[in-house]
Amino acid sequence: MSTASIAFDDVVAWFNLAAERLREARGYLTDLDSAIGDADHGTNMDRGFQAVLTILPTVPAGDIAALYKGAGRKILSTVGGASGPLYYTFMDRIGKTAEGKAELSGADFATALEAGIAGIQERGKAEPGDKTMLDALIPARDALRAGIDRGAAPADALAAAVEAAEQGMLATIPLVARKGRASYLGERSAGHQDPGATSSHLLLQAMADTFFRP
Amino acid sequence: MKKLINTPEDVVDQALAGMIAAHPGYIRVEEPNIVVRMDAPRPGKVGVISGGGSGHEPMHGGFVGMGMLDAACPGAVFTSPVPDQMLAATKAVNGGAGVLHIVKNYTGDIMNFEIAAEMARDEGIEVTAVVIADDVAVKDSLYTAGRRGVGGTVLAEKIVGAAAEAGADIATVTALCQKVQDNVRSMGMALTSCTVPAAGKPTFELGDDEMEIGIGIHGEPGRTRMKLATADEITEMLAGPILDDLPFKAGDEVLAFVNGMGGTPLVELYIVFNKLAQICEARGVKITRSLVGNYITSLEMAGCSITLLKLDEELTKYWDAPVNTPALRWGV
Repeated sequence: MSTASIAFDDVVAWFNLAAERLREARGYLTDLDSAIGDADHGTNMDRGFQAVLTILPTVPAGDIAALYKGAGRKILSTVGGASGPLYYTFMDRIGKTAEGKAELSGADFATALEAGIAGIQERGKAEPGDKTMLDALIPARDALRAGIDRGAAPADALAAAVEAAEQGMLATIPLVARKGRASYLGERSAGHQDPGATSSHLLLQAMADTFFRP
Repeated sequence: MKKLINTPEDVVDQALAGMIAAHPGYIRVEEPNIVVRMDAPRPGKVGVISGGGSGHEPMHGGFVGMGMLDAACPGAVFTSPVPDQMLAATKAVNGGAGVLHIVKNYTGDIMNFEIAAEMARDEGIEVTAVVIADDVAVKDSLYTAGRRGVGGTVLAEKIVGAAAEAGADIATVTALCQKVQDNVRSMGMALTSCTVPAAGKPTFELGDDEMEIGIGIHGEPGRTRMKLATADEITEMLAGPILDDLPFKAGDEVLAFVNGMGGTPLVELYIVFNKLAQICEARGVKITRSLVGNYITSLEMAGCSITLLKLDEELTKYWDAPVNTPALRWGV
């Protein structure tokens, strides 16, 4: 635990907390998905993160890169749908930026998040405003980077990122979906919060509750 | 939720086990949850695989067998399967002549199949993919996910499977699949919602006097909700956009496929077919082949979809070719 950097154990704690929160939010995420999708987002995310818990003890202690990459691979092989490949790519890219690092500074973390989100964009080919997880992630990424560049404490920058993600998530409500299954609804997708943006916000909130804590 | 299940978590596994028990001469299950043709791999034959969420039975597992698919990858209910499954299926059916992936156009399916194809190519297997996107209810655009893959998938799997069985090479099989996609159009409607077992309640609420027009196959709401109409009126609403889209013209020969969504009896599907035949005849479109039944379903949803495929000599020949699978069987 350090306010300056993220250690291996912090990432383990994050995966545990994320799995716990996804289990709690399972019904809520699936309800959101029922409105504009196919009623499986909560179930799929819960299945994936429970599976990730099983591999945590098998990763060599201290290897943050292996932790993220291993978790990504597990998500890919258990989640399915669009979320599986997208969150896999997110974790895998973060893992690649963590290669050879025993801990991640605030700046390293901002870089990692940027790489993860770039991966999601490449894989899913969505743009901001398409009513997807990117609508929560991109504002968070930008807020985090701005805070770190300004010299803010990493915890404060991350708190601002979570705040930005929440705004972005809520801002998906009036949007008409242009990507993913919700796009088939056309205008009828407006008026509902995007489930992917919601799970992304949940993951960021769990980061704020485990990273850079005293 | 009132379903003939044991526990929601075991639906896919227990249904798969039952399929194998019911059709032992046709298919086997391999890890990680893939349905493989009993005699795969067949040396020198192009492998044809598909996959998608469960809940659409008999698609895809019921179409594994002689003259159709070599393997199918079932995901969780309404959830795309994972790349591990498509990779394992690709390897299991690879007879050295390449493997075609028939992919329905959904964001998740596309990404998972893409990753699997990359992995298979890394292992030296030639993989091609054709995306089926035949649902005219969805506006196609560069900026959206595009049309869904629905009823046309069943026809593509049958026709392409026949060509692969006859010894066509990977380029020919792939081009034929694209030809089916280019000539097939579909549209569906729902009288009721359906309940994903793990969700425990219907995906949407629909009044007794309402229906959804322009649905896909995942229990999702359609493009519009309307007051319930007669079978003839509904058939007009579906057939019109399909005929206008390709467009199907006077003199065209077509395969007409009236598909039940899972909870609609055949007697109603034949009422729809009756009207569809009249509509086609009025436009001079000649139905020369047909398929009526529950082949690509959405759990217990009541409703139907209509698919028209413009035929030529080649497509007709492969449609008529023998097929021997748990769910489609003729000429054997």
